[in-house]
Amino acid sequence: MALPKLAVYKFASCDGCQLSILDVEDLLLDIASVVHIANFPEASREVIEGPYDLTLVEGSITTPHDAERIHEVRRQSKFLVTIGACATAGGIQALKNWKDTDLFTSTVYAHPEYLDTLETSTPVKNHVEVNFELRGCPVDKMALVEVVAAFVQGRRPNIPEYSVCVECKRQGTPCVMVSHGTPCLGPVTQAGCGALCPSYNRGCYGCFGPMESPNTEMLAAAWQRLGVSHRGLVDAFRGFNAYAEPFRITSDHHEALAVAKGE
Amino acid sequence: MTSEVRQIDVDYIARVEGEGEMHVKVVDGVIEDVQFGIFEPPRFYEAFMEGRPFSEAPDITARICGICPVAYQMSSVHAMEYAFGMSVTGQLRSLRRLLYCGEWIESHILHMFLLHAPDFLGYESAVHMAADHKDVVELGLRLKKAGNAIVTVVGGREIHPINVKVGGFYRVPTKKELETLVPELEWARDAAMDTIRLVSGFTFPNVEQDFEFVSLSHPLEYPFNEGRIVSNKGLDIAVSEWNDFFLEEHVERSNALHSRIRERGAYHVGPLARYALNFDKLTPAARDIALEVGLGPVELNPFKSIIVRGVETLYAIEEALRIIDQYEEPASPAVEPNIHAGVGHGASEAPRGMLYHRYEVDGNGRILKAQIVPPTAQNQLTIEDDLRVVLEDSLELPDDELTWLLEQSIRNYDPCISCATHFLTLNIERISTK
Repeated sequence: MALPKLAVYKFASCDGCQLSILDVEDLLLDIASVVHIANFPEASREVIEGPYDLTLVEGSITTPHDAERIHEVRRQSKFLVTIGACATAGGIQALKNWKDTDLFTSTVYAHPEYLDTLETSTPVKNHVEVNFELRGCPVDKMALVEVVAAFVQGRRPNIPEYSVCVECKRQGTPCVMVSHGTPCLGPVTQAGCGALCPSYNRGCYGCFGPMESPNTEMLAAAWQRLGVSHRGLVDAFRGFNAYAEPFRITSDHHEALAVAKGE
Repeated sequence: MTSEVRQIDVDYIARVEGEGEMHVKVVDGVIEDVQFGIFEPPRFYEAFMEGRPFSEAPDITARICGICPVAYQMSSVHAMEYAFGMSVTGQLRSLRRLLYCGEWIESHILHMFLLHAPDFLGYESAVHMAADHKDVVELGLRLKKAGNAIVTVVGGREIHPINVKVGGFYRVPTKKELETLVPELEWARDAAMDTIRLVSGFTFPNVEQDFEFVSLSHPLEYPFNEGRIVSNKGLDIAVSEWNDFFLEEHVERSNALHSRIRERGAYHVGPLARYALNFDKLTPAARDIALEVGLGPVELNPFKSIIVRGVETLYAIEEALRIIDQYEEPASPAVEPNIHAGVGHGASEAPRGMLYHRYEVDGNGRILKAQIVPPTAQNQLTIEDDLRVVLEDSLELPDDELTWLLEQSIRNYDPCISCATHFLTLNIERISTK
């Protein structure tokens, strides 16, 4: 039987999530034995035409050309998985959604007329149907292996939707908010990194985006009791998953409060 | 007069990090135009960093590149520390070098084995190559893992490490944690030597250029984070003088700004440049094997960059072993910055070459202005020059072979187009008017 055909596409991104495929050093050749890597330009010159059984999409949609291209990718893909914060939430470049694009462009480039860019950076799901989303900035490489394995085995990937707090408790990492008053986004952030930052004595900064039922206002109030200003809350929620709805609503709310209070 | 147009299109140059395009126009056997363009969608980092706290610079700029996030973290923390008039010394400084060693190893090995070696051996990819040379690919993957292990222990994870901050780290590793890396690094030292001997046996096109090599130079060590910016043509400046001597231009064909040395033009950053300007700072074993496999102390053939990456990998492994051996856990994981308004400059040696950052911060430590000059942006003009030289020597080749050779010429630079902005379309246009 022919192996399922895998394609990897890139939109606006840093390449880190697709690089995770090459970072599973021990398993890379095993993966290549269960799927046919048919279109993965970062790794191979060979391009085998679609349609593809499994497509991984990295990156957000930021240009008129990419807004068209994603539809073609969807047409070529039977099962489309978005990987990483850019593809699932717009990424850090979604910070431009709160700014004037013309001003932005002229800050970086001498000739804005050479560029063709949209006003916004948006997740892939805003443009086409997505079959599964794998979060993270970057994605966890073993989670990516799980997505490919689950696809090959015809089951749903086993990816947690609970919060980072659960991972800390499970690992026995003391709560950084409780034990040393360090503001942490862990309570509202989806697990998946292994609660890395708290294990390094720092607060979670939200790489995996909002967990399934985040109580962001409750957490914001707890941060304020630790002395964080409204503006500080805007910074925190407006990070790598800034445009994910629960985080977006919270940062907009506190931005309005910051303005009202003259922070 | 009849005119014959010969044209080759490759929609995406593979095995580079990002999306770029090349256009070549040949009329009656004469090269009229060579353009290396970058169509990576712009992400506007420098603009959206305005207003953000200084402390976020290492985490935000890391996201410019999934292959060399440590480089962004290092240049940004050094720039911020410059602005605040502080310096990080002793074991914290050594830990930063150790983290960088890890990134050099994983990035160089990724490029050598998975992206570049298939060109020399005639395979579409490392996976194709593994069908005939499984042991070679497995050697590469194991070496890469050894580098990633360093980044994971010191930085928390291999892509976008979480442990770097202005002033040092959030948590420093214990001696024991670092010592777990030693057995594999000792294996890696021998494996790197085998790798250098292996890649030096490849066939190299005979191409040389009179490059202006630019890199950091430090009196005592092979450069990672500190030093003066020097060149083989007389440049010798402080990092803070970057904008006085270099110029960034926005040209229509590229979403990445082109850099040039004022009043001189193209220059070359990366392994060949560092090696040529710092050969005497390599470890004796790295120098010896370089000479053994036939490199001079200066190497002008960009195709041989794969050997030089091997030499630098060996250096990074030995430097990592030295740092781990001499490591004592510092009393504090970081030095607290004294926040005030200021301007900071930082340059460090990313695997692909020098990476310059400049920030202006206000009295609350918020970023007023950011400037980031990635290595691939600096190499764009030099890559075009190389393409021209390679083309002149190889015009007789059939289109498919010529296309591959030109792609390989671009891959000599391990270009990271995500960094420089990313989509490589190769377009060779041959026109005959006879």
